[in-house]
Amino acid sequence: MKKFLLDLIVKENKTLNSQYFILKLTAHDRLPEMLPGQFAEVRIDNSPTTFLRRPISINFVNYEQNELWLLVQMVGDGTRKLSQLKAGDLLNLILPLGNTFTISGDKYSRLLLIGGGVGIAPMLFLGSYLNDLGYSCNFLLGGRSESNLLQLDEFSKYGQIFTTTEDGSSGEKGFVTQHSILENTRFDAIYTCGPTPMMKAVAAYAEKNNIFCEVSLENTMACGFGACLCCVTDTTDGHVCVCTEGPVFNITKLKW
Amino acid sequence: MVNLKVKLGKIQLKNPVMTASGTFGYGTEYADFFDISRIGGIIVKGTTLRNRQGNAYPRMAETPSGMLNAVGLQNKGVDYFVNHIYPEIKDVNTSIFVNVSGSTIEDYVETASIINELDKIPGIELNISCPNVKEGGMAFGTSCLSASQVVKAVRKVYSKELIVKLSPNVTSISEIAKAVEAEGADSVSLINTLLGMAIDAEKRKPILSTVTGGLSGPAVKPIALCMVWQVAKAVQIPVIGIGGIMNANDAIEFMLAGASAIQIGTANFIDPTATMKVLEGIEEYLKRYGISHVKDIVGALEL
Repeated sequence: MKKFLLDLIVKENKTLNSQYFILKLTAHDRLPEMLPGQFAEVRIDNSPTTFLRRPISINFVNYEQNELWLLVQMVGDGTRKLSQLKAGDLLNLILPLGNTFTISGDKYSRLLLIGGGVGIAPMLFLGSYLNDLGYSCNFLLGGRSESNLLQLDEFSKYGQIFTTTEDGSSGEKGFVTQHSILENTRFDAIYTCGPTPMMKAVAAYAEKNNIFCEVSLENTMACGFGACLCCVTDTTDGHVCVCTEGPVFNITKLKW
Repeated sequence: MVNLKVKLGKIQLKNPVMTASGTFGYGTEYADFFDISRIGGIIVKGTTLRNRQGNAYPRMAETPSGMLNAVGLQNKGVDYFVNHIYPEIKDVNTSIFVNVSGSTIEDYVETASIINELDKIPGIELNISCPNVKEGGMAFGTSCLSASQVVKAVRKVYSKELIVKLSPNVTSISEIAKAVEAEGADSVSLINTLLGMAIDAEKRKPILSTVTGGLSGPAVKPIALCMVWQVAKAVQIPVIGIGGIMNANDAIEFMLAGASAIQIGTANFIDPTATMKVLEGIEEYLKRYGISHVKDIVGALEL
């Protein structure tokens, strides 16, 4: 897919809570086509400690409204600068980058989309995309506490939601991999994004039960388009760039 | 109309803006963003005799005004380059150079002699300055004797433009430059990355899998500029300036200090069109001062 270097316009900066916000972006021209799992490299201006762009997952795309969403967690000064953007500001992005999820099985397949923390971001786009194709989805979303369970109203448009929190403040108490749905239901495919320990636990469950499973990795990168070779992960094909060969990998390829 | 052509030893570039090895892939990675044939010269990713997997992740750490990398020359080897990459890039209408690295002098010689047979590759950049490999690399570039030996050996088998890329991790970069000039280098490029380190205090662990890595970006520019100025005074062959060039002004500073051409590296990651902005900015500068040929600003620093 052709990559674009674009100045997009901030339409809305929506605060979800003290840690998370959604940047709703638009453009004068039509937004390029994007696929779930893909990401953008966002340039951070006016942050002396942020030298490189930041890779951020595409959270949602609405082509009719020419709108693109990025779900951002405030972790450092760069994301803090992003949180200060106002409607009408410009944001420079390179997109779309990376590969996409493999749609496995037919429309009757039981699909489970597992997201943890800010890793839920690509799961919303994947859910809406699958929904458009006629698939029904199940979402298993986890967080430390209730305030880390994000965009539940959006997810509910595309399928059934199951939740876990580590402190038990919402949904079942524990990690996503401890949710009862995994014991009660046989899924045909699992897609996941979140903290590495969570994805490894999901991958172990899928492998044990012989379920098709793809994970979306989040390695640190400098360029995002295969030039710097910094974001590699070890696979059955050796070291490959997460930005071009991924970020989505079938668990059978990964040697993590 | 300003004349942007620059002479670099045996060859001529259409303009002085080149890309630094390891920051521009094989050029094709950037083809979506602009017409890469407008670049004066593309130096492709470091190539070794055999396939190299490079170092383990993490290989990169962001630093104030720069970044550390420890990629470790990941590439599929010279035969893969000849059979799979060369056919894809040979017709790009610019000068394409291959950055050559090795663990032994024999590796360098064999790789260089294979690339000598490629019609559309007018030169190589001999990398005797990579700080991220256990054997070879920087080890050759940190003493006059070993630098001379590797250049002498490669010169025997390589007839085209031989650029030698120098390490800043030395006591006197001018002495190394003079040593490789004496053995027949056509030009020198400098600087490669500076040895650096990053630590995660919370985990009490180094950030890079290799503990140390190579620092690049605007953080190194003043050091690079000084070294280019020193080397340009010390040798007769052309000098290619590299080190934290982010914009046309930076590039012009390097040329005033004595660089005949410049390479853009880390800036490509942040702005994939950085080379074109630098090129347009150099042209604008020349017009503004009524300078008709870019070579007239090379070494034009007024003291």
